[in-house]
Amino acid sequence: MIELENVAYSYGGGELLSDITLKLAPGSFHFLTGPSGAGKTTLMKLCYGALLPTAGHVRLFGADVRGLGRDDIAMVRRRVGVVHQDVQFLDHLDVSENINLPLTVSGRSADAAGDDLAELMSWVGLTNRAGALPPELSGGERQRAALARAVIMSPDVVLADEPTGNIDWDMSQRLLRLLIELNKMGKTVLIATHDLSLIRATKAHVQARVLRIANRRIQLAGADL
Amino acid sequence: MKLGPGSLRALMAGDRQADRVVPPSGFTAQLTLFAAAAMAFLAVFALALSLAAGRLAERWGSELARTATVRIVAPLDQRTAQTEAALRILETTKGVATARALTDAEQQALLAPWFGPDLALDALPVPRLIEVIEDSDGMDAAGLRLRLAAEVPGAVLDDHGRWREPLVQAASRLRLIGWVSIALIAATVAAMITLAAQAALAANAQVIAVLRLVGATDDYIAQAFVRRFTLRALSGAAAGTVVGLIAVVLLPSASETGGFLTGLGFRGLHWLLPFLIPLLAGGVAFAATRAAARRTLRGLS
Repeated sequence: MIELENVAYSYGGGELLSDITLKLAPGSFHFLTGPSGAGKTTLMKLCYGALLPTAGHVRLFGADVRGLGRDDIAMVRRRVGVVHQDVQFLDHLDVSENINLPLTVSGRSADAAGDDLAELMSWVGLTNRAGALPPELSGGERQRAALARAVIMSPDVVLADEPTGNIDWDMSQRLLRLLIELNKMGKTVLIATHDLSLIRATKAHVQARVLRIANRRIQLAGADL
Repeated sequence: MKLGPGSLRALMAGDRQADRVVPPSGFTAQLTLFAAAAMAFLAVFALALSLAAGRLAERWGSELARTATVRIVAPLDQRTAQTEAALRILETTKGVATARALTDAEQQALLAPWFGPDLALDALPVPRLIEVIEDSDGMDAAGLRLRLAAEVPGAVLDDHGRWREPLVQAASRLRLIGWVSIALIAATVAAMITLAAQAALAANAQVIAVLRLVGATDDYIAQAFVRRFTLRALSGAAAGTVVGLIAVVLLPSASETGGFLTGLGFRGLHWLLPFLIPLLAGGVAFAATRAAARRTLRGLS
């Protein structure tokens, strides 16, 4: 589904990632951990074509990312839902319109998605905030809205970069449960986090593989958790 | 972004949801509208000037090109004989449709503005004038001059070319200036829309990043901006054109005494031409925004 083979990424003369090999199989659940600045976000961006590797190969749904045009990358992003720590919305659109945005840009009408949208809003607990503008949302609500937006196209993969970074423990748990639920629905999930307690809480519910980035390389980190 | 019937249809039909993904730009939108309206207003006058100058050049060219004058400058006792000789030559000259000597009354009328109505032509050495009208083939002026010089020493042929050509040339230049003005106005609209579109794209870099994150193609993003600017230019230019046409209608109507200035307007089917100005503005805005969007989106990672 998403494969990285001997991938390196350099920026500004320095190598941020080196010899990364990673395969996200369908339905798998991964955590990506490591200290701040280790390259977690960079790796995430490589996984959805926002960055191109400086060496090695990134294959997204079987196609080498270097061979993909801008439109192809856009199509890939319809199959990969992304949630960032500093989630961005279109502030002039209300929450339901923002969540519906992937459908809008793919040419599917809001009417056709009406029931799905209502169900999704209910799933993330934002039904009564549908008409609010993004700046009016709390941190937890923003993250849940971002998750709803990331999954409204029913993507094959969900990438979450520090999704609980700005929210309290209870809200983190709620968001995590949603991600676990998605995985149980067959979605591939990759969460970048430095919050080890989040990883421990997850492992009680789902078989998760924990990857650690250190010294620009990736390694399995199950033993120290 | 490919330009074809499909993209034009999509542009005109619009997409209410797609239109909303780019935030409204308020003041700059009004500026674009105003600038498009002002340019269209000027374009109406440039078009009117160009068409009026064209009509003038055509009229001067066609009316005067088919006429000539033979002036008989001879002593009084020879004037009639030389006039008759000149008429005989003209009757046998190929390309001359008619030739007739002006009557005394007609010559008096010509001179009346300077000498008054009671001028005694017989007492003055006023040349006799012969009006010559050419047929569609035209005459050989140089050949006729040689014949007249040989047989009628007091005859001077004036084919009006000496003063007709500068006038026709001036009118043609005026027409050219009108068209150049329209081209410059179109180029100004393109420059203005390009700047406005680039500013809008730069100001919405964050919006573009979000749209790309959720899978929007560059075509989709560009279309949102292209449609917005095209419709602004179209509606602004339509308003400017209407105001320009009203101003043209309110100009004094054409008259002989008013000359060129009062003839500055549209005639017949030419009244339809200004309605192409909004379409031209829309087309220019479409192309300019499309180019700016493609360039800017390529530059945004």
